[in-house]
Amino acid sequence: MDEEERLKKEKTKKLMEETEKVQNKIEVNDSNFEREVTERSKKVPVVVDFWAEWCKPCLMLAPTLEKLAKEYNGKFALAKVNVDGAQIASQKYGIMSIPNVKLFKDGKVVDEFVGVYPENFIREWLNKNL
Amino acid sequence: MEEYDLMIVGSGPAGLTAAVYAARYKIKTLVIGEQIGGLAAEANEICNFPSYKKISGVELTQKMREQVEDLGIEIKNSLVDSIEKFDSLFLVKTTSEEFKAKKIILTTGTEKRKLGLENENKLLGRGISYCATCDAAFFRNKVVGVVGGSNAALTAALLLSKFANEVYIIYRKDRFFRAEPMWIEEIEKNKKIKPIFNTNIIELRGEDKLEAVKLDNRKELRLDGLFVEIGSVSNSKLSNKLGIELEEGYIKVDKKQKTRIKGVFAAGDITNSPLRQIIVACSQGAVAANSAYEEIRNEAN
Repeated sequence: MDEEERLKKEKTKKLMEETEKVQNKIEVNDSNFEREVTERSKKVPVVVDFWAEWCKPCLMLAPTLEKLAKEYNGKFALAKVNVDGAQIASQKYGIMSIPNVKLFKDGKVVDEFVGVYPENFIREWLNKNL
Repeated sequence: MEEYDLMIVGSGPAGLTAAVYAARYKIKTLVIGEQIGGLAAEANEICNFPSYKKISGVELTQKMREQVEDLGIEIKNSLVDSIEKFDSLFLVKTTSEEFKAKKIILTTGTEKRKLGLENENKLLGRGISYCATCDAAFFRNKVVGVVGGSNAALTAALLLSKFANEVYIIYRKDRFFRAEPMWIEEIEKNKKIKPIFNTNIIELRGEDKLEAVKLDNRKELRLDGLFVEIGSVSNSKLSNKLGIELEEGYIKVDKKQKTRIKGVFAAGDITNSPLRQIIVACSQGAVAANSAYEEIRNEAN
């Protein structure tokens, strides 16, 4: 790998980390679910959004969750789980309908909802659980 | 409490178009809706909205939303609990906020009809689904049912047959008389799909997840998933409280989109519209905003 490419990669990685920090948003699949959701939730609550490209309601819910993740500024982490790349996790947590949002604390699911809900509902759900 | 000239309740194509017009009339407006983009945002492909040969519902309604927000109008993503009339003003309440408004445009549209059975809400996401495109892939090698006999029910069954081992269509009529012949033919050819006619579901069984349904012929059918495709109903809860006249469940409006209650207008799928389409909802939204503006202007003089 030449120097230029290495620098470019480093820059991209840094940028991605920055974005993650600002938005408190993590992309999760089967290979990093344990670390990014289960383990992380022992330090900070993790809101896990199980979604897929083909699911239109999922695309409608996503901006609301992202907006709240920014606003709550670190009070919870938002983990985006594309079920296409997370079949093991989807099965393990019994996903049969998406969008499916689960709140993890101390490695366990403490609350969940299925479907698209308005911002005020999700805000109340977060306030009740965080 | 914040007071507005106009509150638009509902944030689908009708509500968002009304907001665009209201912004240009320079009246103080707030849009408040449960699902920004409305049911239109769930449409896979829209091919009859002039200006786009083909566009997804999410993309089209996102553009509408951006246009409204660029005009400086706020869109709140909340569910309105109640609207009450006090003298010449309306009081609009959500679970956490209250607003006053001179005029109201109701654009709350329709929502998917539910079976209305015990356990239905409890088993949502645990076998019960209202969106086959979203959830079909979770039923690989399983046994599933579809309730209904419309095009939506038949296309859901066809999609499910790509994943599931067996697909039952449970329909209350004796044949698929409402669906397009092309879909019916596909259903008949498909070996995985088995229609059960003249039958209703009377009970959903299962604790942690759906296990079976009881039919009105007393038989039990073991199912891992059940997809409900029995049409839609109008979201008319708010209008009922206001005492607005309905026609077969939909708000009765005149050609200016006025309801029977002065100061309340309605537009889009919630109305007794002859054609429930995005373009029609938009045009009705425009008319409603214009009518509200006229009233506000006349009252100011």
